[in-house]
Amino acid sequence: MSRPERMQGGAAVQSALPRKKGFLDELKRNKILFVMLIPTFVYFLLNSYMPMVGIYFAFTRYNFRDGLFGSPFVGLENFKFLYKSGKLFSLTANTIGYNVAFILIANILQVAMAIILSRLSSKLFKRITQSIIFLPYFVSYVILNVIVYNIFNYEVGFLNGLLTRFGMEPYNAYGEPGIWRYLMVIFYVWKNLGYGMVVYLATITGISNDLYEAAEIDGANVIQQIRYITIPLLFPTFVILLMFALGRIMRGQFDLFYQVIGNNGVLYEVTDILDTFVFRTLKQDFDVGMSTSAGLFQSIVGFFIITTVNALIKRKDEAYALF
Amino acid sequence: MKTAVSNRIKKAKSQIAFEAFGYCIITLVSLFCIFPLVLIVSGSLTENSILMREGYKLWPAEFSTSAYKQLFEYPEGIIAAYSNTIVITIVGTALGLWFITMTGYVLQRKDFRYRGKISFLIYFPTIFSGGLVPWYMMLSKYLHFTNSWWARVFPLLMTPFLIILMRTFISTSVPGEIIESAKIDGAGDFKIYYAIVLPVIGPALATVGLFLALAYWNDWYNTSLFITKKSMYSLQYYLYDMLNSARFAQEMGIYTGDIQLPTESIKMAMVVVVTGPIIFLYPFVQRYFVTGITVGSVKG
Repeated sequence: MSRPERMQGGAAVQSALPRKKGFLDELKRNKILFVMLIPTFVYFLLNSYMPMVGIYFAFTRYNFRDGLFGSPFVGLENFKFLYKSGKLFSLTANTIGYNVAFILIANILQVAMAIILSRLSSKLFKRITQSIIFLPYFVSYVILNVIVYNIFNYEVGFLNGLLTRFGMEPYNAYGEPGIWRYLMVIFYVWKNLGYGMVVYLATITGISNDLYEAAEIDGANVIQQIRYITIPLLFPTFVILLMFALGRIMRGQFDLFYQVIGNNGVLYEVTDILDTFVFRTLKQDFDVGMSTSAGLFQSIVGFFIITTVNALIKRKDEAYALF
Repeated sequence: MKTAVSNRIKKAKSQIAFEAFGYCIITLVSLFCIFPLVLIVSGSLTENSILMREGYKLWPAEFSTSAYKQLFEYPEGIIAAYSNTIVITIVGTALGLWFITMTGYVLQRKDFRYRGKISFLIYFPTIFSGGLVPWYMMLSKYLHFTNSWWARVFPLLMTPFLIILMRTFISTSVPGEIIESAKIDGAGDFKIYYAIVLPVIGPALATVGLFLALAYWNDWYNTSLFITKKSMYSLQYYLYDMLNSARFAQEMGIYTGDIQLPTESIKMAMVVVVTGPIIFLYPFVQRYFVTGITVGSVKG
């Protein structure tokens, strides 16, 4: 990387931070460290911070000829239109509802699996099952769609094969929007159980054995040990995972919904989330202003939720808060 | 003395009961996790006509490799998608690991004054972003990523979560005193990074590397947004395209006349072929995995 670019990188780091006395001293003292941050800095600038300027699209009637700042300014018209479409409430409710269910159910099961697995004595059994449970995490969402189809397809699906063999009526899952609420959660858990389990397992492995031995001497049984030692020590890990997950509460799992539901309009009512709506508005209608305003709505509500949760956590215990 | 002995017996009893329960539950969950994958492999090894007649089963009624043979009869498309995905995965993972380790190292240096603020700047996009459209416009209109390999490499290079993971690992496995004493001995900051830090963070390299490789391998999203040339499709998007359009059918039809069109068993064979390599990566990194994945707070 050439010299001028380096200087530019340093200068931009500076402008992104509140200007503090002694910044130049720090730059001089830790020059190499700043240089080492350049790729990351460039990445987040281009991938995250510069696009924030584009929020302005939400307030324009965008057209390609005039570009970002040339397109006519229309104020809150896009938001009004979004609100009037009548979908905003159900989309938001779906998005938050699904994500809360995903986060809570998956984390509870991940913690439970990690605790159970950590108490088993057969090393070989642990290694094999841990790998198997982790396996779905490797499967892409494109393939998850194939799996769902294999199981629930009306004519050749595994489920109907099973039902007809036992003399029952075949079940048309793709015609029943209601059950997809539960199915989506099951798919999510299937795919992510192993990942979270391993994260919690890592924390459990780090707990000193002395604690358990002391508890044993005091007569604590397995359940008590889990209740009073393991779970409290897993709590910080849970909070960090929660905060990262909450950051995506207004987006969350676009791949899952887009791939599994696809263009199946029958299921939209219960499975459409803000992300799939924005994606369709962009790709099919190419309505830049409207989809940006929906995206901005996501960001603002999401930001509000996470800062609220963080403030609540901070009030309870400063150490657990993210910022 | 007596109570200690009875405690021990009580403990043994509760431990045995818990373990028995544990083996059952874990076995059931494992079956739940692997069952859909068995369906796919079984489907790929079944003749399509039998599949259509009898439906998906856990074990093929009759083994047949014809789906794989048909899949590779005209392999140009798959091979192109395969090779570009392998290259992208390797390049992206290597670059990503390099940048993430450097960042993790800098952000855990106690003598680096802005580490808290920069950590927050890295975390902030997790809680607030411009949304899909401005991001898409930035990459396509201003960086001209449309039909460029950058579109498939750049977006997945790093995530806040992986950076925090790396920083936590480095700060717990390389004591600050070692870095300080190396500095006193005259080692430069970059030298400390590659000579002292890199050699001892194997587990984190394996873990973060696996996450990166997985993201690149399974990516269809960036292709769907930025790539329109079929020869540049990622493997997953190639599969997606095959599942969702008749193009594949036409291709096969044009080449071979009256051969059956994208049959269920060909699709299953394709799924197996697409997923295979990345799954084989796991056994190699598994032993590092649990040690490499300790998460710490953003503030550090």
